Amino acid sequence: MKNLDTGKLLSDYGNVLVLLLLCVVISVVTLEEQSPRSTAAAENLATIIVGDAGKDANILILVRRGEGQQEFANTLKNTLSKADLNVIDTVVGTPADARAALEKQTEPLDVIATDEHMAAFCLEQLPKLAKKYPTFANTTAYQPKKHLWPNFLKKENLLNVLKQISVVAIIAIGMTMVIITAGIDLSVGSLIAFSGVITALSIQQLSGGADPTTGHLVLGCAAGILVCALIGMGTGGLVTLFNIPAFIVTLGVMFIAKGLAFIFSQSAPIPIANEGFAWLGRGSDLMGLPNSVVLMLLLYGIAHVIMTHTSIGRYIYAVGGNPEAARLSGVPVKWILVFVYTLCGLLAGLGGVMEASLHITGDPKSGTLVELQVIAAVVVGGTSLAGGQGKIFGTLVGALIIGVIRNGMNLTGVEAHMQSVVYGVVILIAVMVDQLKNRAQKTN
Amino acid sequence: MADAAQTPLLRMRGISKAFPGVQALSKVNLTLFAGEVLALLGENGAGKSTLIKILGGAHQQDEGTIEIDGNSVRLNNPLKAQSVGIGIIYQEFNLVSGLTARENIFLGQEPSRVCFIPRAQEEEKSRELFARIGVEINPNTLCRDLTVAQQQIVEIAKALAQDARIIMMDEPTAALTPREVECLLTVVRELRSQGIGIIYISHRLDEIDAIADRVTVLRDGAHVTTRAKEDLERHEMIELMVGRSLDKEFPSHECQPGDVRLAVKNLSRGTKVRNVSFELRAGEIVGLTGLVGAGRTETARLIFGADKKDSGTVELDGKLIGASSPRDAIRCGICLLTEDRKSEGLVLGLAVQENFGLPSLHQFTHKGLINREQESDAFAKYVKQIKIKIANHEQSAATLSGGNQQKVVLAKWLQRNAEVIIFDEPTRGIDVGAKYEIYQLIHQLTDEGKAVLMISSELPEILGMSNRIIVMNEGRVTGEISDVTNATQEDIMKLATLREEMAA
Repeated sequence: MKNLDTGKLLSDYGNVLVLLLLCVVISVVTLEEQSPRSTAAAENLATIIVGDAGKDANILILVRRGEGQQEFANTLKNTLSKADLNVIDTVVGTPADARAALEKQTEPLDVIATDEHMAAFCLEQLPKLAKKYPTFANTTAYQPKKHLWPNFLKKENLLNVLKQISVVAIIAIGMTMVIITAGIDLSVGSLIAFSGVITALSIQQLSGGADPTTGHLVLGCAAGILVCALIGMGTGGLVTLFNIPAFIVTLGVMFIAKGLAFIFSQSAPIPIANEGFAWLGRGSDLMGLPNSVVLMLLLYGIAHVIMTHTSIGRYIYAVGGNPEAARLSGVPVKWILVFVYTLCGLLAGLGGVMEASLHITGDPKSGTLVELQVIAAVVVGGTSLAGGQGKIFGTLVGALIIGVIRNGMNLTGVEAHMQSVVYGVVILIAVMVDQLKNRAQKTN
Repeated sequence: MADAAQTPLLRMRGISKAFPGVQALSKVNLTLFAGEVLALLGENGAGKSTLIKILGGAHQQDEGTIEIDGNSVRLNNPLKAQSVGIGIIYQEFNLVSGLTARENIFLGQEPSRVCFIPRAQEEEKSRELFARIGVEINPNTLCRDLTVAQQQIVEIAKALAQDARIIMMDEPTAALTPREVECLLTVVRELRSQGIGIIYISHRLDEIDAIADRVTVLRDGAHVTTRAKEDLERHEMIELMVGRSLDKEFPSHECQPGDVRLAVKNLSRGTKVRNVSFELRAGEIVGLTGLVGAGRTETARLIFGADKKDSGTVELDGKLIGASSPRDAIRCGICLLTEDRKSEGLVLGLAVQENFGLPSLHQFTHKGLINREQESDAFAKYVKQIKIKIANHEQSAATLSGGNQQKVVLAKWLQRNAEVIIFDEPTRGIDVGAKYEIYQLIHQLTDEGKAVLMISSELPEILGMSNRIIVMNEGRVTGEISDVTNATQEDIMKLATLREEMAA
């Protein structure tokens, strides 16, 4: 029994292992010397300087401009001042700014506290300056201690991976349900563009040329999402009422939605004149997690509960496994199909709003080929295209696998066309593994 | 005929096979001589199917030997089994419905991959094969246009075309009408006279009586006995299979029909169902029978809302119900146990428990969430009551034997506690012991005042269980038998073949 369970676990969550393996490989490949920029690193550096330099030593802080650098510099300054060292000046800027600050120096300088970028600059410039100006004769440059750490495993990078997959992963929730019912939805990529355009246009109309208020933004987003949900409902209706294969219906909807997005926007991106609109796509309000990632995780939690603990979920699996048996068991097969296509459309609309939020623009060109990425995530996640089988969290893992591979290739500088080849290979491997798994289950 | 001194055509010795959690076969012996019919008997889950799959090369035994003509062979794949002369006619046929009979017979045996198919030659050979079996079928008919019985003949011809000397038939008569069964038995006798060894699996003891030379009985994966059929009484066969004595095939039961519960009036759909009217009373079992294609199943589907009716009404307890979908019908209190459990009764990929709960999810749902424990408890009750053999509630329905699948379907509908229950061939492919349990269950339902409509092709079952019998032919009700105790199979057959006069 116990063996059976581990076997089942492996086949159910085998792709988690693949994901971990990928993370390990990419971590090893992206291993590099790191110079920390955290406040903790600044305090650490300050302690070292306090230990080395005498009291009242003159100190200049040079830090390259960038994200979080101001904080690094401030922490340095505060800690050093507290230890009664004499911080003459703090420069957060470009090497040119640093040079200007150095040339301004009149008093003898004992220590330059830097980050890694400025350290490189100082290393190059200090000897020359020392010859020219006596003030630098006894100057030492300090920088935070370096250590070996994979670029891949840096917090910003990991959050970035999550942020990058969030749109695809959210739409993949709906796609997983559609594919479990043995259907497919090719229209989601176009719906992203359509939703973005509708949202931007609605906001423009609502605000009537003036700067839109938050209320306008919310209404605009609701409009974009709702329109896509209605389109999804129409898709579901065509699939069930006229018995047209989902592939054909959604292929048609794909062209229609794409075309309308260009017509409505007159082929040009529609800007949204309120920075607040970027909240969803760029903001990070909860413990530093990007809002889009929080939304994604929340939706995955809800979807998991729906699929495993509610009648709708059970019905979705039943419809995919055997529609006739499901119908004769009293499952409202048509409603379930309409539901999954509506939900898929709605999530595509949400994805469109997220894309628009990221660029603060409703762009008819966005979402191109995203439907294929979404389907790839679902398939790599272990959901069978034949229907009846699949897991919501499997899809999240599938999206992560694809996101991690893309990130790994970006970090190691693999060029775009090669990336495409790799995606293709990954999808094929995932499907082959799925087949082998099924075969193993059958012979058992 | 079998001769002890003869080298057996097939000898299986000490065959064992285990699956995770189950010992399907333990040290089973089986011998088959040329020119005999060996009946393989056993309840569902006794190991018959596993044994067949081992012979067909689909499974490999864990231990034991297989000899053909005294030579040991290893059947490690289906092709190998074919090449040593083993042909299997499975319950589900392996025919391509869009190809002709001839193309199916020679599928995979085309002389060369690049040459043209020698069509005329194949056609000639097909006719020869059909002649040898003693049945006339046009080799150029598409398989989908053949009846089930004819498709079976094509399967047999296919096996013969591959020079099979051992033919196994797994429940070959399950989907046949009585007349077709007679034809098949004639075919089997013909094959036997040509020196072919036949392993015949059936739950229908009449057929075993009619055709078997020897009988091998399996129980719980072990070999119980092998005897000449003459030495084995019918009730003995049942006892050996079940492992206990059963006095009767049908439980006795007193019936007190009450008020009319279901009234069907002038139900019609195309040519399949024409003007069908009847009533079901509380506490009554009404048998609905007729030849295959008489419109019995179609009538049941109309009542259940599975198909759209052209005209007619259905009343439950005097109230008109316009069930336009099975969901409506179920909500009103009507349920239908379909004939074909694989394609209509179960979602094979789902767990057995999930299949069980499908029509009754609202009973287990609280605040929108399914309480799986409650569902599991409800299911466990039926697992015990109707003895469903499963390893756990989470195994997929596809892994169960046919009889156990039927029991899961049964449990699923019993949980719904419907007022009118339509059973379509409730015991097809189910072993004798389980049949008796299902009969008892049906009686129990009528005791509770429910109305039961039982569709069956097995006339003994219809006669043994029904309080009233309705017979159909060509979509019409051709007669009703109220005095069941004095009715005979002949009476039913007369009504079942009654054609409406062409008179205006």
